[in-house]
Amino acid sequence: MNLRKYVSAIIVVVLAVFFLLTTTGLEFGNPKNTQMDSYMTDNGQQMAAVNNIVSGVVFDFRGFDTLGEATVLFTAVLAVSLMFRKRKEEEDYEYE
Amino acid sequence: MNMSKIVRITADVILPFILVFGFYIIIHGHLTPGGGFQGGAVIATGIVLMFVAGRFDDIKKKFSLSALKNTESLGLLLFILTGLLAFTIGATFFYNWLANGGFIFGDAVAYGSNAGFFNTAGTIPLMNIAVGIEVIGAMGIIILYMLSGISEEEA
Amino acid sequence: MIYNLPYIAAGLIIVIGIITMVAKKDLIKIVMGLALVESGVNLFLVATGYIEGGIAPIFTNAGSERMVLPTVQAMTLTNIVIGIATTAMLLSFIMIIYKKYKTTDVTKVGRLKG
Repeated sequence: MNLRKYVSAIIVVVLAVFFLLTTTGLEFGNPKNTQMDSYMTDNGQQMAAVNNIVSGVVFDFRGFDTLGEATVLFTAVLAVSLMFRKRKEEEDYEYE
Repeated sequence: MNMSKIVRITADVILPFILVFGFYIIIHGHLTPGGGFQGGAVIATGIVLMFVAGRFDDIKKKFSLSALKNTESLGLLLFILTGLLAFTIGATFFYNWLANGGFIFGDAVAYGSNAGFFNTAGTIPLMNIAVGIEVIGAMGIIILYMLSGISEEEA
Repeated sequence: MIYNLPYIAAGLIIVIGIITMVAKKDLIKIVMGLALVESGVNLFLVATGYIEGGIAPIFTNAGSERMVLPTVQAMTLTNIVIGIATTAMLLSFIMIIYKKYKTTDVTKVGRLKG
């Protein structure tokens, strides 16, 4: 039992060092590649005729991601509604 | 499970304001921050307020389980239909077939900072309304199933 | 080093979430640890797209012409909705487990019927 605690503590420490070490390589307020976003803010008002560029990106430039997200929400509601169904007379169904 | 009188009367008074605020956030998604998902969450919060403040048996007739399931499926079908109708123009799936057209939501937008006009932005307000309807149905179904699972009632 | 403060905060929230998931013995606290990890990832995503001196990417009554990156905010919107769906499903699993085993201790619900 003590071996399990020590191994999990070592793994958590390794993960923590890994997560906190990536923050020293990045620079806040100065991203490196901004070509795609410059294209979207320069041409978004003419191609999609919209004032809110974030809505234009979510629904016009990247509409497939929104379709996938709506499907994930639908599937989760399907799974919740499957857990709470009423059971009829079934066999092999006994709990102590 | 009855709350006190102050809670019930405050919930009755404040519910129309929550619904109007949520509809404003949904329908102005192409001008101000907001959109379909955020406005749908606000309206679902209003419905949950009515469930929690002690009127569970009155609301169960209007917002029954089959009504919310139909609402959610209608929202997702409307979203896919708006994308499929771009095939009539001859373009790809999810093309913005109403922008700069002049038909229903199709004015052009001047470049740069301007005061927002409502009649712009093509199929984006239609997609906002469809996603808002779907999120209302989804949140309502989840809350209804969990509340009926706690109190050992029928859904 | 002091200018990287949002990234350090996001990393700390993720590490606290992982520690909560590993060291707790109640099922609901483990699910709350997973929600903490997802919140930390959302904060890290939004902090990546900041340009110094920029405003929100909305052209209605805009002040200046320098805007932050809008693609990252769209990714964060999708991630928040997926987090809601996952947490709702996990919590309904916990309710069904509690109905059958009458406890939520994670060391006691490990029986498999042969």
